[in-house]
Amino acid sequence: MQALTTEQIRALIARGKMKDTIFQALGIICLAIGLLVIFLLVGDMLQRGMERLNLDFFTSFASRKAAQSGILSAWVGSILVMFVTALAAVPLGVAAGIYLEEYAKRNWVTDIIEINITNLAAVPSIVYGLLSLGIFVYALGLGQSILSAGLTLALLILPIVIVSTREAIRAIPAMIREGSMAVGATRWQTCRYHIIPYAMPGILTGVIIGLARAIGETAPIITIGALTFIAFLPPVPFTGEPPAGLFDWVMSPFTVMPIQIFNWTSRPDPAFEVNAAAAGFVLMVMVLSMNALAIWLRYKMRKNIKW
Amino acid sequence: MNHAMSANNFSDLHQVSDRLSRKFTRNVSERLIEALLFAAAAVSVLTTVGIVYVLVSESYHFFQHVSIVDFLTDNQWTPLFDDAHYGIMVLVSGTVVSSGVALLVAIPMGTVIAIYLSEFANPKVRESAKPILELLGGIPTIVFGYFALLIVTPVLQKIFPELPGFSLLSAGLVMGIMIVPYISSLSEDAMRAVPMSMREGSYAMGATKLHTALHVVVPAAVSGLAASYILGISRAVGETMILAVAAGMQPNLTWNPMEPAATITSYIVQVALGDLPHGSIGYQTIFAAGLTLLLITLAFNIAGQWLRRRFREAY
Repeated sequence: MQALTTEQIRALIARGKMKDTIFQALGIICLAIGLLVIFLLVGDMLQRGMERLNLDFFTSFASRKAAQSGILSAWVGSILVMFVTALAAVPLGVAAGIYLEEYAKRNWVTDIIEINITNLAAVPSIVYGLLSLGIFVYALGLGQSILSAGLTLALLILPIVIVSTREAIRAIPAMIREGSMAVGATRWQTCRYHIIPYAMPGILTGVIIGLARAIGETAPIITIGALTFIAFLPPVPFTGEPPAGLFDWVMSPFTVMPIQIFNWTSRPDPAFEVNAAAAGFVLMVMVLSMNALAIWLRYKMRKNIKW
Repeated sequence: MNHAMSANNFSDLHQVSDRLSRKFTRNVSERLIEALLFAAAAVSVLTTVGIVYVLVSESYHFFQHVSIVDFLTDNQWTPLFDDAHYGIMVLVSGTVVSSGVALLVAIPMGTVIAIYLSEFANPKVRESAKPILELLGGIPTIVFGYFALLIVTPVLQKIFPELPGFSLLSAGLVMGIMIVPYISSLSEDAMRAVPMSMREGSYAMGATKLHTALHVVVPAAVSGLAASYILGISRAVGETMILAVAAGMQPNLTWNPMEPAATITSYIVQVALGDLPHGSIGYQTIFAAGLTLLLITLAFNIAGQWLRRRFREAY
């Protein structure tokens, strides 16, 4: 092979550098597309839905007339379902995470649980809807209630809560546990007074991300047969027909924000598109602010903790 | 000090036995707590058992009416008509086409972003790009459905005037954008795990950044990349709302992305929106469809785990 002249080598280097630059530009373009989609989405929904975004929209029920429809039952439903979801998923997920990190022995039972959690995270959300339709709605007779929906979403986000709990616990150095055990604390006391408090910010981040995912989930809730047209609110505790209790609302029929949006986008009348845009904007604000909160929490946590 | 000790001497005996008994209750409660924590961890296994039980038992009833051969080979899906046909391939074709379109967008874009972030971008860009991608991945799918139907479809119709209002193409494109963050974040993690010494070796031989990225880092991280693609595929196959909103819900055996079609997931949504009585054959079809969906994603998961083991490079 003939030796290259200096000019040829320079040209080779220049070509290589140019390819680098081109690729870099490509990378930036791809990232920009992602950013553009977010802006386009939020911008379009805001622009289209602007005229409906007033107090009346939040305080009126869905109606046959597009201009009088509101999202009252949807946002109340979403918040109540999230409440049930958090109440079920947080204790279960955190307990499972603690068990796997602090208690579990390395044996086949643990292996099965771990493989299982990884696989559950890849199961399509609509399959959780079918599970819940078979078990919660019919076998346990909970019906198409807030409780069924909340439990479905809790199972759906359980892997997220478990994984983030485990990651938060794993970041705590062994010396903390050794110190605690050395002064005579039991395993649970170590968890209760050291591991859980130190892992709290990490767990919280995972819970918020999980709930942000749950609040936007539509498919599993439609699958359990949630109604798309609800013009009433779940009963306030201790009101309604006696014997009225604190938890009557969990058995109430409901609708949630994503279902309301789905209902409005699937109507042929374009007047409802405006409602869908406005409701979509509200949902996006809810989800993005939850995500932003989680990102900020994580950032803050990384800055503060130095072992 | 001494005084206090001797004054307490008398009760010391008491305290010892007291402590022993406390140790006993303490052990019991420790065990109890461990059992509770284990029960919580076992819920995830119960969930899987529940999913398999529900899908298989309802599908079992379904397959007593419909033969598996018909289910797999019939080319019509009309379960709610008088002349009922149950050819799942009709729904599978919709799923395959929409997922294919989505992956054609998501795999190149996700991989380019991952290579860029891991090999080219400075840490500041990387730190600010990750939250953006995370936000993109966190957008509810129903909102993406709205995006596909009311923003992307009109734009596509300007390019392809014959495109109908509902199409697999527009739903698939948006689905691709939705999947990008999943692929890019997992791929980037895999590439960042490749040791620096390999890059340094490549640079020392005079390779450019791009050459190092494509010929050293990507081959070393190939198992991670494959795993991220597989995750992308299962997301695409299981995606529901974008398709239910933007791809129309009429069953249509087609391989053309310009047509509207139902997918496995959007069929389930369509039936759930209606009012089918519990236990009817129409009700059971959604479980048979769900079982098919689960088997497809399971197959991809197993393939992914196999790939990861087969091509894992250990450093």
